[in-house]
Amino acid sequence: MEGTLGLLGTGGGGGGGPSSGGSTTGSMSTVSKEDNLVLSSEVSSSYPDESELELGLGLGFGGGSALKAKTPPTPTPWGQYARILTAKDFPSLVGKASSSSSSSSSSSVTKANASAGTKRTADSVASAANGVSQVVGWPPIRSYRMNSLVNQIKSPTTGEFNSTIEKSRSKNGVVDKTNSGSDKNVNNAKEKGHIKTSLFVKVNMDGIPIGRKVDLNAHSCYETLAEKLEDMFCRPSTAVSARRSSFEEHDPMVEATGPSKLLDGSSEFVLTYEDKEGDWMLVGDVPWGMFLSSVKKLRIMRSSEVNGLAPRFRERNVSQRITPI
Amino acid sequence: MDPNPKRRMDSPDLSESNRFSPFPDEVLERVLSLVKSHKDRSSVSLVCKDWYNAERWSRTHVFIGNCYSVSPEIVARRFPKIRGVTLKGKPRFSDFNLVPPNWGADIHSWLVVFASAYPFLEELRLKRMTVTDESLEFLVTSFPNFKALSLLSCDGFSTDGLAAIATHCKNLTELDIQENGMDDSGGGWLSCFPENFTSLEVLNFASLNSDVSFDAFERLVSRCKSLRILKVNKNITLEQLQRVLVRAPQLTEFGTGSFHQELMPRQYTELESAFSNCKNLHILSGLWEATGLYLPVLYPACDSLIFLNLSYATLLSGELATLLSHCPKLRRLWVLDTVEDKGLEAVGSSCPLLEELRVFPMDPFDQDILRGVTESGFVAVSYGCRRLRYVLYFCRQMTNAAVATIVQNCPGFTHFRLCIMNPGRPDYLTNEPMDEAFGAVVKTCTKLQRLAVSGLLTDLAFEYIGNYAKNLEALSVAFAGSSDWGMQCVLRGCPKLRKLEIRDCPFGNAALLSGLEKYESMRSLWMSACNVTMNGCRLLARQMPRLNVEVMKDGESDDSQADKVYVYRSVAGPRRDAPPFVLTL
Repeated sequence: MEGTLGLLGTGGGGGGGPSSGGSTTGSMSTVSKEDNLVLSSEVSSSYPDESELELGLGLGFGGGSALKAKTPPTPTPWGQYARILTAKDFPSLVGKASSSSSSSSSSSVTKANASAGTKRTADSVASAANGVSQVVGWPPIRSYRMNSLVNQIKSPTTGEFNSTIEKSRSKNGVVDKTNSGSDKNVNNAKEKGHIKTSLFVKVNMDGIPIGRKVDLNAHSCYETLAEKLEDMFCRPSTAVSARRSSFEEHDPMVEATGPSKLLDGSSEFVLTYEDKEGDWMLVGDVPWGMFLSSVKKLRIMRSSEVNGLAPRFRERNVSQRITPI
Repeated sequence: MDPNPKRRMDSPDLSESNRFSPFPDEVLERVLSLVKSHKDRSSVSLVCKDWYNAERWSRTHVFIGNCYSVSPEIVARRFPKIRGVTLKGKPRFSDFNLVPPNWGADIHSWLVVFASAYPFLEELRLKRMTVTDESLEFLVTSFPNFKALSLLSCDGFSTDGLAAIATHCKNLTELDIQENGMDDSGGGWLSCFPENFTSLEVLNFASLNSDVSFDAFERLVSRCKSLRILKVNKNITLEQLQRVLVRAPQLTEFGTGSFHQELMPRQYTELESAFSNCKNLHILSGLWEATGLYLPVLYPACDSLIFLNLSYATLLSGELATLLSHCPKLRRLWVLDTVEDKGLEAVGSSCPLLEELRVFPMDPFDQDILRGVTESGFVAVSYGCRRLRYVLYFCRQMTNAAVATIVQNCPGFTHFRLCIMNPGRPDYLTNEPMDEAFGAVVKTCTKLQRLAVSGLLTDLAFEYIGNYAKNLEALSVAFAGSSDWGMQCVLRGCPKLRKLEIRDCPFGNAALLSGLEKYESMRSLWMSACNVTMNGCRLLARQMPRLNVEVMKDGESDDSQADKVYVYRSVAGPRRDAPPFVLTL
């Protein structure tokens, strides 16, 4: 469902707009574009006459006869795309009567539309009610490559440096790239959602009697996971928009507050996990993909409770086994 | 087993044809055994009955582009002496999750027939097929002489199946596992190669995620002296890589593991020296997480490099430029768009012999058009690499003028696959459709065999394709076209068209039915999310009984819509193993 919002309990939409709330592209302007799109697709389905009009203004779609492209329509690429969308509903093309935005052919174009910004873990033909869903299989890149790239974008900050992160430190102007990239990586992970299923594991925090569950497949790196967990346990009242604006504004905010505390040992708590063999390990040592395949549950442990916990150096490749007292 | 007596019985008019045959059949067969190309063999078999027979008796490798176009029994009947089989299964769009799981293309029924018809089968190369561990186990027990297994984009098996292969195939020369949807339950399979096993020539486990035992791996490489192609997975560190490479300096093709690790200076030098000892390295890949820091170890080996696959290395333009300056002989290059236009300029200036370029997107879902490559990168390459004939280019913006320039510089394109990632995007400078771009491509590149279009396209683009792309064999279309007319132009105008795949286009029944006579000369047609109805498909099925017309419906569409249509010629009749969601009309 709406795991994409990353909210607690109340799920739902702190973010602006209906479906577009699901988007975490971190670009506000995209949101408004989507709103426009959503509207136009709804318009086309409910008011065929108006869609015809739109067609007239557009590139001469539909109508059977071969129309050459006339004067190109003005506006944004998205506006133009809305016109293509309406052509799908145009009955003259095939004599198909369906024009509701929930029909699969038009909805896949709607989906294409929505590639603008809404990323969802929904299945291919879903969320028709919201009028926006994601495009399956576009751009045409094999799943293996997609998964591989995403896992690479954010490898944990231990032995294997993420080359992008490294570059961001040494080169100017690339800092943005990395940080806003984290947003997109979460998106990518969510895109993968329609390829992968969810991987919910239990999370318990020392001192809090009620545990939570987190979908590991909604993340592609330790940073975002740790941040999510911090939100869950430490900042229960965080609203989506606040979080999103924090992504917007800020690089420093992400670096300072986020993931590092749970991952680098500087806070009172430490993030650990139980692996397939039943051992409790420190989160962050192994590549993300490997972590995913061996993790069974998570525990946010008090540092004082950990036996044998040594300060974690980034370069270290060897996982540390820890014994909770 | 002398085939001759059998053959005499098969061709009763032998005495007659002998009059016209200038040489005995044995000679013909011997000559034909040197003909390897499948297309040529096909032509040979059509000459006359004698040649048909000679060809079928001398064929050792069979290529089946669509596993449902023929049945294993028919294959076994026609070709008695097969040693190698290549099979392709699912429609290509299954790579992009457009085909539901359990669709079919299971290898097992083929293996069962082959077990009795070709007990001496040596090679199996599968693409987009479903292969279970049971099938792999059946394979190892049924074919004692089995040598080469290649699985690309397959699914259904796990590392347990690989363990069976490693354990039992005493004569294995090739194990090539690429980009499959498989279950990785550990790297123990590699340890299953017996200690006396030495025949391996090709090993590719680059896409497997779990650790193999490095000791076992090192020993394996040491004793397999004929190893020429080795691609390891990203869990192999640089240090381990060095240890492996020193044992296999004869490699011609090498895929590294993760190319980043803190190395002491001595280790760095050792690694560099290991690479410089590889005098025959033509192909390099892997290079996950490679950075400018470690790429220099490759330089000594780059001189003979023909194909460099950097599509998993997030390099920046400067890093790429430096690397390429060491690769003058490069003919094929795959990169990520992190290198940006500047990196592509370096490609243009450093690689004059380049024939193939593929640029993959780092962040395919990123809407920020300030990243990645643009039309100017592509143009820069075209100025420097005039021999370019294969391109796969993912970008976010393109112009008609740029494409026109590109094909003018490089008229020799045989494969032109342009993916403007936002669907339906027009020329970003003029806001016009991209029709003229692809018009230029088909007009200028007369040898064009494969074309993938994107961007905002009207029927005009397809008119151009139909009018000019006379050598086109494969066309891929998404989110394009204005009406049935577009598809009709293509079907009418491209005589050599074999594969047509279309998604999310406004083509309907009229377009579908206009190809009535064409589909039997094609391998397949795929149409999804278009305007085709069930009735249209039924009509097609009725008119053309030798075509299989299959429809898959999405859950929520109304009954009359044919959401996914897959049409292909077949001599095997309708599928007998179709799952419930595949309706054969």
